[in-house]
Amino acid sequence: MSDKPLLSIRDLQVQFALREGTIRAVDGVDLDAHSGKTLCIVGESGSGKSMLARSLLQIVASPGRVTGGEILFTRPGQPTVDIARLDPTGKPIRAVRGRDIAMIFQEPMNSLSPIHSVGDQLVEKILLHHRIGKAAAIDRAVNALDKVGIPNPRQRLNSYPFELSGGMRQRVMIAMALACEPALLIADEPTTALDVTTQANILDLIADLQRELGMGVVFITHDLGVVAEIADEVAVVYLGRVVERGPVEEIFYNPQHPYTLALLSSIPKLGARRARGQRLRAIEGMVPHPLNRPKGCPFNTRCAEARAGLCDQVDPRNLELAPGHFAACHMRDPAIVGDAVGVSA
Amino acid sequence: MNVQPTLNAAPGPELLMRVKDLKVHFPIKRGILKRTVGHVRAVDGISLDIRAGETLSIVGESGCGKTTLGQALVRVLEPTNGSIDYFGKDQTGTDIAHLGETELRPYRSDIRMIFQDPFASLNARRRVIDIIGESMRNFGVRDERELESQVAALLRKVGLRPEYMNRFPYAFSGGERQRIGIARALAVHPRLVVADECVSALDVSIQAQTLNLMQDLQEEFALTYVFISHDLSVVEYISDRVAVMYAGRVVELSDTEQLFAAPRHPYTAALLAAVPRPDPRSARAKRPARLKGEVADPANRPTGCAFHPRCPYATDRCEAEDPQLRSVGSSLVACHHAEELMLKGVTVDAA
Repeated sequence: MSDKPLLSIRDLQVQFALREGTIRAVDGVDLDAHSGKTLCIVGESGSGKSMLARSLLQIVASPGRVTGGEILFTRPGQPTVDIARLDPTGKPIRAVRGRDIAMIFQEPMNSLSPIHSVGDQLVEKILLHHRIGKAAAIDRAVNALDKVGIPNPRQRLNSYPFELSGGMRQRVMIAMALACEPALLIADEPTTALDVTTQANILDLIADLQRELGMGVVFITHDLGVVAEIADEVAVVYLGRVVERGPVEEIFYNPQHPYTLALLSSIPKLGARRARGQRLRAIEGMVPHPLNRPKGCPFNTRCAEARAGLCDQVDPRNLELAPGHFAACHMRDPAIVGDAVGVSA
Repeated sequence: MNVQPTLNAAPGPELLMRVKDLKVHFPIKRGILKRTVGHVRAVDGISLDIRAGETLSIVGESGCGKTTLGQALVRVLEPTNGSIDYFGKDQTGTDIAHLGETELRPYRSDIRMIFQDPFASLNARRRVIDIIGESMRNFGVRDERELESQVAALLRKVGLRPEYMNRFPYAFSGGERQRIGIARALAVHPRLVVADECVSALDVSIQAQTLNLMQDLQEEFALTYVFISHDLSVVEYISDRVAVMYAGRVVELSDTEQLFAAPRHPYTAALLAAVPRPDPRSARAKRPARLKGEVADPANRPTGCAFHPRCPYATDRCEAEDPQLRSVGSSLVACHHAEELMLKGVTVDAA
């Protein structure tokens, strides 16, 4: 693995200009994704995690658009491209989409065409990106289906999506995404609609293929259990900002940001049976509406540690608490709370 | 006919509902003449007891019939076969499985339901006071001012501001809507509440609030919950007993602790192994064996044990002979090999 990240995101902004005002769906995000590694982006609904994923391919739905920052994509042996500066409808971005960076979505039934066979959809995509004959493309499609564990792949080419189960459909989506051997796979909640047993199989499949092809994976999810299983790096997003990011062990065993702490303690943990009368620690309130974001730290309205006059006024800076472990919180800032209330809370 | 043993033979004072050999079959119709060519056996012979004051969870993969079972219990659906004995406040059992609408009316207020999707289950054109108040009106509250004060009290109970009662559902977030759904279920003082995946559509922080609220209300109103879910972490947290369903039948029924620490059915063990846990070190220590294949088709049940095509321990006997639910230790299990198998549960020190 080279030191240069596959994808380097700096100060990314995605905004929706609505009549009611401007929604800042992604608000100054810094992230790095590396080859062969999995970056998990976690957050609740409305946190902007899907918008962040979509902006990486410039497929944010109108009236939203990438308004600032850079997305530097470096494929080994090729010059770096800044995806944020490409025209969303132009040729250069379409060469990247699907071939260099592939994406899979939550609901496979909605992402596949119901009136075309699985084979037609796969072959169409392969022919779009590679100058090969139809027979060769069909072979490649069969190969791709075989790789994701679909039995009798050649017969399956003639199947329509409605003839497949949810897990099989998601496998077809993955086959389609990987048919062109992308350098980066973006997976937006790919297992949320599936049963746990199917989810486990799909996660294993993605991990196996990642090891085989050495691609980077950006995995968007709200399920911290899934994060613990697959992530190398984790970024926790809240209201369009990354409030904490770092290696997976740091995030789970040494979380710093109050939001991360609250998230981790609000989930029931399997095997840790509640004592009678013990309750889950819920986070008070709800995610604020994006049109009226709180001033200062986005989490201050629900934060137990928030200090009036500071957290609701000033944006916290992004602190590097340990190598690679960043958090944006005033209450972890040595310059504000002093060294006594240390990093090791 | 498989008459199955139940944990307590005589209807004790704590028994609220006794389900016996319940079947819900849906006909499959084909052709111009709409001939019945087969049946989807969504629920195919379930017997279980629901005890007053407990939370009984029903878990299983999608398509196992857990929602159909829940709908039969609240009598949204009429079962094809079997009985549902409901023990009312006077302790006499009434079989509500085949009652007509008018005969059911006295029981409608006792058995209520909370639905999965807080967006689809509230009528967008009605105000909150009408949504919650309708069942109150149906069950005897005539005075509008009285209705208003009762709705206000109920909204306060579920953590919503009473001033909001004249608003429409669009003005509320997902978590708030689910609270309205809960308030609606509780409006007529039910004894049994069937909650069908009621926290699945919510974010984790909202899910925690809702689970806490349900626990508080259970204590306050002495409610009995049938909690239908696919999320085993939530099930472990909230339930006293758990029934695991596969292809329309209960394959294991046991106390929560027993089920999670020492499952007896291979399917239960496989389900537990598949749950991702928020603990990177233990999650990576070893990769458990995964369940292969697809859920059994309820229209075309495999012979013998329905789980045998996916079961790593299946033998010839499993293919030929249908296992009955029987007591093994303190659990009820439908597996020929329940005694010999040493299955792994989830360890308590995981978190």
